[in-house]
Amino acid sequence: MRPFIFVRPTNASQALSQKNNSTQFIAGGTNLLDLMKKDIAQPETLLDVNSVLSNAIQSSEKGISIGALVRNSAVALHNDILSRFPLVAKAILAGASPQIRNMATTGGNLLQRTRCPYFYDTTLPCNKRKPGTGCSALQGNNRMNAIIGWSADCVAVHPSDFCIALAALDAEVVVLGKDQKNTVIPFKDFHRLPGNTADRDNNLPANSMIQSVDIANNPFQKNYAYVKLRDRDSYAFALVSVAAALQLNNKKIVEARLASGGVAHKPWRWYAVEQYLKGKEATPAVFKEAAAVAVKETKPLSHNGFKVSMLRGAIELALGNCLIA
Amino acid sequence: MPLTVTINKKEYTLDADSRTTLLDLLREKLHLTGAKKGCDHGQCGACTVHMDGQRILSCLTLAAMVPGKNITTIEGLADGDNLHPMQQAFIECDGFQCGYCTPGQIMSAIACVNEGHTNSVAEIKEFMSGNLCRCGAYNGIVESIQKVKK
Repeated sequence: MRPFIFVRPTNASQALSQKNNSTQFIAGGTNLLDLMKKDIAQPETLLDVNSVLSNAIQSSEKGISIGALVRNSAVALHNDILSRFPLVAKAILAGASPQIRNMATTGGNLLQRTRCPYFYDTTLPCNKRKPGTGCSALQGNNRMNAIIGWSADCVAVHPSDFCIALAALDAEVVVLGKDQKNTVIPFKDFHRLPGNTADRDNNLPANSMIQSVDIANNPFQKNYAYVKLRDRDSYAFALVSVAAALQLNNKKIVEARLASGGVAHKPWRWYAVEQYLKGKEATPAVFKEAAAVAVKETKPLSHNGFKVSMLRGAIELALGNCLIA
Repeated sequence: MPLTVTINKKEYTLDADSRTTLLDLLREKLHLTGAKKGCDHGQCGACTVHMDGQRILSCLTLAAMVPGKNITTIEGLADGDNLHPMQQAFIECDGFQCGYCTPGQIMSAIACVNEGHTNSVAEIKEFMSGNLCRCGAYNGIVESIQKVKK
């Protein structure tokens, strides 16, 4: 690991005033330290934000606000998350291991980098790691990579499970800028597609910090599901994951939410499928057709065509599981 | 940088490079070699220790981030010659073969019981999935956990 200076700011203004292109914030460190050991992240200074950010979950009549420092395990165990936003807990528990969830924070989860093997292999070109060098995965072994929304510059996928639930539930990311002002970024606009700037994973303004992730009340406490398909039963990144939530009136779908991980550079919302489901009966035939609508949009690479049929099955299964949740 | 850390209820003041992970601090500076360096990238669980009673990976934790926290390692479990019930159970249930992953398995297993994730074999397996065992002693590990939770 390259040498760095370790600093412990005690409040947000101190932390933000020291933030520049050669510094990085560290909270849980579960992703950043790994990247530093591999010489992918090369900060000259680490700003420890453990005394800076909120470690609290605040419930209100309107919804819930999860402080950026709240550990993944604490979110998944929180009573109000379990009773009002159970899809979030379900998605979190599908990711990482208990040890990592005890360290990894809410803010850090949103900012974690892709696990594309070529991003991790510093001997090969990667536009995300080194802009302008090319994408090794596009013609390489891309079985783990994207099947939608990719560009010729980057076919990496976003690795989080937590974020897939947050995308499905239209969460908001509260950001604190260097000017000490708050801005709110809708979750669907937080992460981005690679286009020709693959080095940028998200739209977090430079030198600002995530303060909290807020979720407004929703009607998805009963009929929800998170399905994650991967190379082994547990403790692996998704090949395909699906977060599904339905609001039902008898058997009729009033509102549907559907998002996927493992398929794109950002948590992918299936808006056309949600529209298709609206007003229909919640039946296996309708779910099957909904899955067909989703896969029509996909564009697999040379080694991941299997993800398309996997996705079709996962969507059908997740929608079906919503009825038995 | 100067650090004061609390390991197994004992306080140590020492000087460490900012790059030192908790795992390297334990093994190289304090010679507490129970926690093992398996992958050093958070993929195997061999370095699992407890921080304020919660299981974490010491290879993905900077030593600079642990002052003020209580760290417990495998060396802190036994009371003299009396082994912790989980250590005893691993011996009785053949919870290991080569033993390399065992300190991490035991630290994780104790947390698994404390967290209450022992209601079924499937639940134990899910909540122990962050600890890999190349010898394949998994059945003995699950048995050890079932024995201790009683």
